[in-house]
Amino acid sequence: MKIAVCVKQVPDSWAEKKMNGQVLDRAGVDAVLNDLDEYAVESALQIVEANSPTKEAGEGSGHTITLISMGPERATEAIRKGLSMGADDAIHICDDALAGSDALATSLVLSEVIKAGGFDLILCGTESTDARMSVIPAMLAQRLGYAQLTFAGSISVDPASSQVKVARTTEVGIENMEAKFPVVVSVVEKINEPRYPSFKGIMAAKKKVISTKSLGDIGLGADSVGAKAAWSTVKDALLRPARTAGVKVEDGGDGGTKLVDFLAEKRVI
Amino acid sequence: MSALILVDSVDGKVSKSSGELASFAKRIGEVTAIVFDAALVSQLSAYQIDKVITVKDLTGAATVAEMSEAISQIVAAKSPKALLITSSAKGKEIAARVAVATNSGIITDAIDVDSNLITTQSVFGGGTTVHAAVNHGCAVITFRSNSVEVIAGSGTPSSEEFTPTLSPAAKLATITSVEPAVKGGRPELTEASIVVSGGRGTNGDFKPVEALADALGAAVGASRAATDAGWYPHSHQVGQTGKTVSPQLYVAAGISGAIQHRAGMQTSKLIVAVNKDPEAPIFELADFGVVGDLFNVLPQATSAIAAKK
Repeated sequence: MKIAVCVKQVPDSWAEKKMNGQVLDRAGVDAVLNDLDEYAVESALQIVEANSPTKEAGEGSGHTITLISMGPERATEAIRKGLSMGADDAIHICDDALAGSDALATSLVLSEVIKAGGFDLILCGTESTDARMSVIPAMLAQRLGYAQLTFAGSISVDPASSQVKVARTTEVGIENMEAKFPVVVSVVEKINEPRYPSFKGIMAAKKKVISTKSLGDIGLGADSVGAKAAWSTVKDALLRPARTAGVKVEDGGDGGTKLVDFLAEKRVI
Repeated sequence: MSALILVDSVDGKVSKSSGELASFAKRIGEVTAIVFDAALVSQLSAYQIDKVITVKDLTGAATVAEMSEAISQIVAAKSPKALLITSSAKGKEIAARVAVATNSGIITDAIDVDSNLITTQSVFGGGTTVHAAVNHGCAVITFRSNSVEVIAGSGTPSSEEFTPTLSPAAKLATITSVEPAVKGGRPELTEASIVVSGGRGTNGDFKPVEALADALGAAVGASRAATDAGWYPHSHQVGQTGKTVSPQLYVAAGISGAIQHRAGMQTSKLIVAVNKDPEAPIFELADFGVVGDLFNVLPQATSAIAAKK
């Protein structure tokens, strides 16, 4: 079984983010592996462990986990995190022409890499914590013509029959869904608890191969990606005046009543 | 043909957010509603809708791939200026696939749009306002709930039917069974006009939070600390890695107000906070704050609301 996990390097979600002109200022903040992608990496590891004779991922498992990431040079830091968790290798699409790409271009680039790799199972987080569009997994399924099993709250994979079953978990409830390889899956947070990389994992990750590819390497021209090819344009980005603190009262035994008086004054009740 | 909207439903009724889409679409021009459940059609005269297209052979319970293919075919046939969809999990995925299939640009989580199709988004937890526009194909835009007033309609829309031609690729994934979310009589989190949320300060006891929510007719939310501790289901998590809500009133009980949580609720119209710690960052953005124990303050507020009814 060949598994691909799409991962993205994002600004630390605990940091204050701001715009630099029309795009997110990525230079000024710490960059990390997208929190939500860690669940996808963990899910890949658990699927391999469940189907490995050694009960471990890596060599001898009979399966491979390849991380795929599009991003600037420093995205290798986030990729190493995924490798130290236990993924086998990585493909990093890195090209100056990619700067300012929209989700459509990003999904185009990822889909070309996935198509060339011939993966059975493509795992993603549900969204990145920076752009928060939550569209890439669905776009990949559309572009590749693969089955879409997204928002998985649980997943089971049977490599022998190529069958994937998920519990699609959204605000409307749970839909139990299934499809055969190749399948695009996104996983929600409740699916697992991502492991911390072990010391052994961190050391091993240093020797794992990250193959860096340019746009030309994956057969795409510079005119199909980047800011100029984006099909949506940011006109302006304005800092909103910060919310200011309102009234703060100490509860002297009547805090609840005062709260309700405030709501009545604001005509909420 | 000016603007298409995708109508969805909650408990068999046209959702409030579908009505909001109609209000936005009317600014762009003639409004055509796409409906997957014929039973909803009779309810549509209540909204700013001129035409209705009922999709045959599929229902609103169809998969994202099936619905996307049908909608893409309607977009190709009608060449609308814009396609407006609600920012739900399914809505955003449908928007994503339709954008790819129809070679169209996409904007998600808009909170406003003008007649020139310039959208407004509130990003980074409400700290930044972005104006943007699609510059290719049909403008595929998803909207957050509670972004605009629902305007009443003035007549019965004209009606037509559309039968999609589904490709094998649209049928690769199948739904084998469905377990609807247990509602407990409370409104859906992202649709609710009032949300009461509990955090670490509840110590796992959400009863006072739920009681106040019920007194206010509100949805219940939770901080990541509370959902990670297993005190409340993940589906109720408000914040950067959970739901983004923008209700008329947000009550934060026992929530410190870390950046991650603020990102999910900062655009609420009115924010009320109850916390024992006077230094909790949530007070920096609360319109009204009570420094006190939520186990005293919330029950008192709940009784005071009951007394007013």
